[in-house]
Amino acid sequence: MSHAISEIEQLRDEIRLKTLKELYHLGFGHYGGSLSIVETLAVLYGGVMKIDPANPRWEDRDYFILSKGHGGPAYYAALALKGFFPEEVLYTLNQNGTSLPSHPDRNLTPGVDMTTGSLGQGISAAVGVALSHKLSGNSNRTYCIVGDGELNEGQCWEAFQFAAHHKLNHLSVFVDDNKKQLDGLTKDIIDPIDFAEKFKAFGFYTLKVDGSSIQEIYDAIKLGKTQNEKPVAIILDTIKGQGVPYLETKAANHHIRPNAEDEAAILEAIAELERRMERTVTG
Amino acid sequence: MIESAAASYEVENVEMRQAYASTLLELAKQNPNIIALEADLMSSISTNKIQEQIPNQLINCGIMEANMMGIAAGLALTGKIPFLHTFAQFATRRAFDQLFVSGGYARLNLKILGSDSGVTAEHNGGTHMAFEDLGLLRLIPNAVVYEASDSTMLSYLLRKVSGEYGVHYIRTMRKAAVRIYNFGETFEEGKGKLLREGGDATIIASGIMVAEALKAADILHDNGVQATVIDMYSIKPIDKELIIKYAKKTGAIVTAENHNVIGGLGSAVAEVLSEHCPVPLRRIGVKEQFGQVGKTEYLKEVYNLTAKNIVESVRELKSQ
Repeated sequence: MSHAISEIEQLRDEIRLKTLKELYHLGFGHYGGSLSIVETLAVLYGGVMKIDPANPRWEDRDYFILSKGHGGPAYYAALALKGFFPEEVLYTLNQNGTSLPSHPDRNLTPGVDMTTGSLGQGISAAVGVALSHKLSGNSNRTYCIVGDGELNEGQCWEAFQFAAHHKLNHLSVFVDDNKKQLDGLTKDIIDPIDFAEKFKAFGFYTLKVDGSSIQEIYDAIKLGKTQNEKPVAIILDTIKGQGVPYLETKAANHHIRPNAEDEAAILEAIAELERRMERTVTG
Repeated sequence: MIESAAASYEVENVEMRQAYASTLLELAKQNPNIIALEADLMSSISTNKIQEQIPNQLINCGIMEANMMGIAAGLALTGKIPFLHTFAQFATRRAFDQLFVSGGYARLNLKILGSDSGVTAEHNGGTHMAFEDLGLLRLIPNAVVYEASDSTMLSYLLRKVSGEYGVHYIRTMRKAAVRIYNFGETFEEGKGKLLREGGDATIIASGIMVAEALKAADILHDNGVQATVIDMYSIKPIDKELIIKYAKKTGAIVTAENHNVIGGLGSAVAEVLSEHCPVPLRRIGVKEQFGQVGKTEYLKEVYNLTAKNIVESVRELKSQ
């Protein structure tokens, strides 16, 4: 963990830009929940995880499982930027015969560790991976992002109980607490009340961070690594559509098929990110 | 007469659960990558001895079958060979999407034992009585589906699938079965076992119904009707060639299963026949019914799963 925060921030902007371009090219998709995990992906892929893009199934790698599979577009952007596959492939998202389906498929996309999308299942697989490494005495770490809406699924809580019972301290679960699910606000559908309290009660070492802050996410992961007995939960205070002010304030932003107004705003966000990156490069 | 067929219908001295636990213990001792998973039914299937002897290779997941499927998937992702056990209805009906997506669709290596299948769930009754597991598993692309008819077969199949990749489901009862095979018998994927040969009709059975089919063949024989008996332990892939061969030879087929006639063995045989060699067919099995409590022998009567029912179906077909 020696990467400079500024480098990770640059990767964050690149992931956000590629995610927007990828979705804009497709013409519709899961904007909201892809954008809210961009910072976390940037920290994991830009500064934390042991990976080898030339050898995606390297045995000593750290594992990442995106349990909230509909965030696939941002995941793909991160993988492409790290060199797991060419960036052009991003523009085949959801096209007939693509290797980038809406929800991640481990058999189609280099760098994808587990097939996910049926909510609640990725976290169990992540716990299984962490258990496996613990049983074998390996030091590989397992990272998993779950959605706040996804935590409606009882299976997630089965997995958390199991992880705590087996003291899977090399497992870190990120909760993308963006406060919305498909049909509206999580507090109106199934009020989560307090994720941090729940995770603590379930036996996790629990941290709550600003999910738009690279520094806070980075520090939380670092702190999590000091744990010897407990799995780690990092509750990310995020905004659905994060990093694109127009989308952040749009009410129904889980899956968007942009109208003219949305389209103009998305193109403006793309242009702004491109300008910002140019400044970073030249500056 | 085929040599491997049981003549006396004697009950084995080894219970199916003991066969599972001992075989798995032996396999796990040989291969540290084998991990047995339980969902709080360890003592029901006798895998306690795995926990006692090699505790790192038995994980009791607690009462969380959906999570157990995912744990197995995660273990498989890292090169482990998970063997999951729970009662058949929990392994299939309860955790079907988990098995389908995290196992089948993700193309992972999972071995599943569904125990206490069908009427052998006895006193656990309707909630615990899987007449649907074979149908559900047949719907998962590339899943291999077996029903073990005795302990020799169960042990053989466990050894066999431990060295093969993919989703393998084995359905079984927990207690002692009627002994069908001698030690040393082998069982290929996609093959049925010819147990009796006769030119008048063919009975295709699986699991506990194999013994009933043999009894039926003996009754028929005493009455001058020669029936072929096939143990179709490989439900998927199914032995098309054998079915077609005996359909042509005998012109009449009766299937017998401790499962719903929709989705299981009867359906699988019907599919082969209707596509390749239509001959008159009768399916013995559960029809539009749920399970209930009772002893296996009583429930066999209730659901018409007896040798007598098979005999009647053969006679009905022959009198047409």
